[in-house]
Amino acid sequence: METIKKEAYKHKSGFWHVVKSLVSGARLTLRHFANANKRRKPVYVSDDSYFKQPDGLATLTYPYEALPIPDNGRYRLHNEIEDCIVCDLCAKVCPVNCITIESVKATEDIGVTSDGTKKRLYAPVFDIDMAKCCYCGLCTTVCPTDCLTMTPVYDFSEVNIKNMIYHFTDLSPEQAQEKQRLFEKQQEEMAAAKAAALAARKQQG
Amino acid sequence: MLAFLLTLMLLLGVVIVLAYAERKVAAFMQDRLGPTEAGPYGSLQAVLDVLKLLQKEDIVPALADKGLFKLAPILIFAAVFAGFAVIPISPTLVPAGIGIGVFYLLAIISLDVIGLLMAGWGSNNKYAMLGAMRSVAQIVSYEIPAGLAILSAVMVSQSLDFQEISYQQGVLMNAFPGMGYETNWLFGIQALGIDTTNIGGITTWNIFRAPMLLVAFVIYFIASLAESNRAPFDIPEAESELVAGFHVEYSGFRFAVLFLAEYSMMVLVSLVAVILFLGSWNTPLPNIGSVALANWTTGTIGEISGNLWAAFWLISKTFVLLFVQLWARWTYPRLRVDQLMYLCWKVLTPVALVVVLLAGVWRLLMI
Repeated sequence: METIKKEAYKHKSGFWHVVKSLVSGARLTLRHFANANKRRKPVYVSDDSYFKQPDGLATLTYPYEALPIPDNGRYRLHNEIEDCIVCDLCAKVCPVNCITIESVKATEDIGVTSDGTKKRLYAPVFDIDMAKCCYCGLCTTVCPTDCLTMTPVYDFSEVNIKNMIYHFTDLSPEQAQEKQRLFEKQQEEMAAAKAAALAARKQQG
Repeated sequence: MLAFLLTLMLLLGVVIVLAYAERKVAAFMQDRLGPTEAGPYGSLQAVLDVLKLLQKEDIVPALADKGLFKLAPILIFAAVFAGFAVIPISPTLVPAGIGIGVFYLLAIISLDVIGLLMAGWGSNNKYAMLGAMRSVAQIVSYEIPAGLAILSAVMVSQSLDFQEISYQQGVLMNAFPGMGYETNWLFGIQALGIDTTNIGGITTWNIFRAPMLLVAFVIYFIASLAESNRAPFDIPEAESELVAGFHVEYSGFRFAVLFLAEYSMMVLVSLVAVILFLGSWNTPLPNIGSVALANWTTGTIGEISGNLWAAFWLISKTFVLLFVQLWARWTYPRLRVDQLMYLCWKVLTPVALVVVLLAGVWRLLMI
């Protein structure tokens, strides 16, 4: 044991060994310097060169270049309000209650979504608080019209936390009030018509 | 006065390029990009760093020895900058062509040590004090092998005048007053019978005229790294233990001056190495028969072509040495104090003494 140690020590010392190790160190850094004209490419994880760090600079200048993200990655939510039937399923399934929806019944025909489902409700409020969101993706799973989706955007930090609440409604507050008024008016008219019909039946009976 | 301004401008330009090169070289050796945002490829980064430093508050600690603290950066920079006075830039251009240039340079650079001690003591900070003491111990120690290496070059050249040493190392030797009939022989040995006076180029550089000067050059280069507090001899500034060494309390303009002095020192020691060992402002290309590469790349003395070629060769060789300094910094780990002193006193100094002896014997053979 002792002799092995001594031999190892002998082997690793002495002028020429020092020179050799200095030269090999210098060659290493010079090789990296010479390879500095090559860059790491922003390739997807499935690419062969992703884990094999190729020669050259490893840095990606992030805002200008970024590694691609997987298709099933879960990042910022987006609601395509044109296709939304305001069914409230997403708000019900959300484990952290980050989706707030208010609905107003439409008084007239308001068209169909892109997959042909009839829209019957207006959404004066459709807010998603991305600060609360836990990125579980349940809401996108339950969405019957596939209007609520995860986008590939992940860099959306804000200075003011209130800006993390995303408003997806396509109605202005005035429009929302108008729809509410119309709905209430229709309800009143229906109630009046009902009352009149009831009174007429009583008179008959 | 004109020489003063020109030298200052040249020095500032070289230091700005060097500070940028330092960051880029470091980045490339570590597989990073370095500065990219300020200007094309980040080339304005060093300029912006200086502008930032100039805008910062000039803080003088309340308990500092204010006089020493304020004077130290100016003294350090003045000592280094004064060294540039004797550096010949071309065959006809030298700020102050004095006959004892080498001696003057060694003396004036030693003044640097006083400035370092003033900064370290004046700061009233334990890190600054430790850094200054280490710095002084290191610089004073390494002046010995550096001085011996310079001495061997001086012995071979038989002159203390940088300009005369420069002329000896190229095809223009016979143009220097008093050396009209001198001859350069290959390796300095007349017995070999190869006259290199008109071949010039690399064959007349000091490391070729007297091959043991190659060893002297390596010794001088290692010692100069230590004298300018560069890695792997940067224990006076060891970031991980001493924060920043003697300039830990400095900010703003005074820090900028210390920074400038540090980089000027790197440039100065590289210039001295080039002048004494690597042919000064002479071209490395020799005349080969009718292909007079040396004459073509030397120009005419006293005309613009001569000055430009000389300045070009001097500055390119200096930048090669500066690159080696950066390369060493980003390759080798810092030495311990005991390793530092071992290298200086037990390795470099004895070898330098042997080289001095050999240089003396060689000079006898050269006659």
